[in-house]
Amino acid sequence: MTTARVDRRPQRSPVRSGATGAGQRTDAPALRRRQRRRSRLTALAFLVPLAVYLAAFYLYPLYRNLDLSLRDYTVRSFVAGDAPFSGLDNFRTVLDDPTFGPALRHTMVFTFVSIAFQYAAGLALAVFFNRRFRLAGTLRALFLIPWLLPLIVSASTWSWMFNSESGVLNYALQLVGVGPVDWLTSPDWALTSVIVANIWIGVPFNLVILYSGLQNIPGELYEAAALDGANAWQQFWRITFPLLRPVSAITLLLGLVYTLKVFDLIWIMTKGGPGDASSTLATWSYQLGFGTLLPKFGPGAAVGNILILIALAFGLLYIRVQRRQHA
Amino acid sequence: MTAAHRPARRSRLHTVIGVLLTAVMLFPVYWMLNVSLTPQQDMRKSPPDLLPLHPTFEGYRAVLDDQLPYLGTSLLIGLGTVALTLVLAAPAGYALAKLRPLGGGALGLFLLIAQMIPGIVMAMGFYGIYLDLGLLNSWWGLIIADSTIAVPFGVMIFTAFMSGIPGELIAASRIDGAGTFRTFWSIVLPVSRNALVTVSLFSFLWAWSDFVFANTLDSGGDWRPITLGIYHYIGNNNQEWNAIMATAVVASLPAAVLLVLAQRYVAAGVTAGAVKD
Repeated sequence: MTTARVDRRPQRSPVRSGATGAGQRTDAPALRRRQRRRSRLTALAFLVPLAVYLAAFYLYPLYRNLDLSLRDYTVRSFVAGDAPFSGLDNFRTVLDDPTFGPALRHTMVFTFVSIAFQYAAGLALAVFFNRRFRLAGTLRALFLIPWLLPLIVSASTWSWMFNSESGVLNYALQLVGVGPVDWLTSPDWALTSVIVANIWIGVPFNLVILYSGLQNIPGELYEAAALDGANAWQQFWRITFPLLRPVSAITLLLGLVYTLKVFDLIWIMTKGGPGDASSTLATWSYQLGFGTLLPKFGPGAAVGNILILIALAFGLLYIRVQRRQHA
Repeated sequence: MTAAHRPARRSRLHTVIGVLLTAVMLFPVYWMLNVSLTPQQDMRKSPPDLLPLHPTFEGYRAVLDDQLPYLGTSLLIGLGTVALTLVLAAPAGYALAKLRPLGGGALGLFLLIAQMIPGIVMAMGFYGIYLDLGLLNSWWGLIIADSTIAVPFGVMIFTAFMSGIPGELIAASRIDGAGTFRTFWSIVLPVSRNALVTVSLFSFLWAWSDFVFANTLDSGGDWRPITLGIYHYIGNNNQEWNAIMATAVVASLPAAVLLVLAQRYVAAGVTAGAVKD
């Protein structure tokens, strides 16, 4: 009912009544109400395709995934569709699995180490490119390439560079007198290798966002600081870093949400192996559901849903921070 | 004299450092090119040739022989995803920005959360649905799945951009007697060209590079995208790295071309997707 009262208020579009002419002024409120309702219906019509789409291709798959994680599926029952309801059994199975601990730990290490380095490198580069020099714009654009390449391309290129016998990385190590490292095939190095490749991919994203944040810091602040005798280092810690904090928070949280769900890169480079040396929740979920000839869809979906919960926790934090900044 | 010269010299120093940093960053890209031109017999040579001194195009010949259909499929899927994304996102963005519908805020929140859902979870849900509907291994099924990556992003970009269109412009179109759809089509869309380019660019790139959906929903059919072409290439012959890298180079071409053509839209898209202001 509140909507009806809102409608009666003087309209915000005076041009409307002007256009309809003075002769109809007597039933103007009714007319306005009708137009108001029609414009609301039009708004609905513009949104209906999206709403239908979201229901069919977002909510329904998510529901199917939840349903999958609560039933006891075999290959046959997956096709026939008569899997018995098993409650939280799949979640229990997954939590008791010896892979769960390592997968969770690898997910955290992968995520936090990746974004720490991506952020540090991105910030350093953003500060560097914030100065005016020739070719700055072109070089900054070139820095975007790693981020735009299809992941399969970056992943296979890094795989070949990490190759034990013929990889260029081991060749470089040999030049400085360090023995060859089995980057992708030794349990000690597999996780490090995929993290290195992931950092490379994520630096451009951090660079672009932090650079746009730097552009919003007024130059007079630096002039004033320079007059007061502050050196470049002091200017960075006293001006740049504090004023960049809101943008940094957004960058880090967004990086967190994106990196948690990284799957392609690890799967293409190591398949989570050797053993489960580089498996994360995302690759483990895939491994369970699609990676073997005997798929375990129920547990796979359960791991996926655990991953959603973790992503949502950070996601809600992101939304809160963003809301607060705009308030 | 010194005062005038010093900034110039410092700028030159910065340019040199910048070029060096860019070279380090782009080394993997260079290495991909280098390996793609290396003859098969030199592939396992130690030390590896740092320059393509004896370039061969056998890798690229292999691409033309084996991968052309995959590239065609990826193009089809990419363009289909762009079309579907624009059709869904542009009107919705306009409605959210200018028509103030009921529940608009909740919808916006949902779109933000939708972008945080791991692709692997969506893939598993889609797999079950497509199995029921018989949509597995179809290119249109992949277009629908790939569009789920781009649609929420698209709606957010369009909403942010269209909020900036002056209300007077829309009101003027109303006075001239245009209905909401007419206003949208002949006023709002032309003005929103930058947003259209940004959204198209990203939906194409994401669909072109999709691996998760391709590998779960379309791994057996005749219409497989290039990402699977490369993936199976690595799996089947891990010897011919020049051919693998040549395919990788060709698969990167759209990204390179789009970067050159639409550089400023790329930066705009990255920042608009993350920090809305």
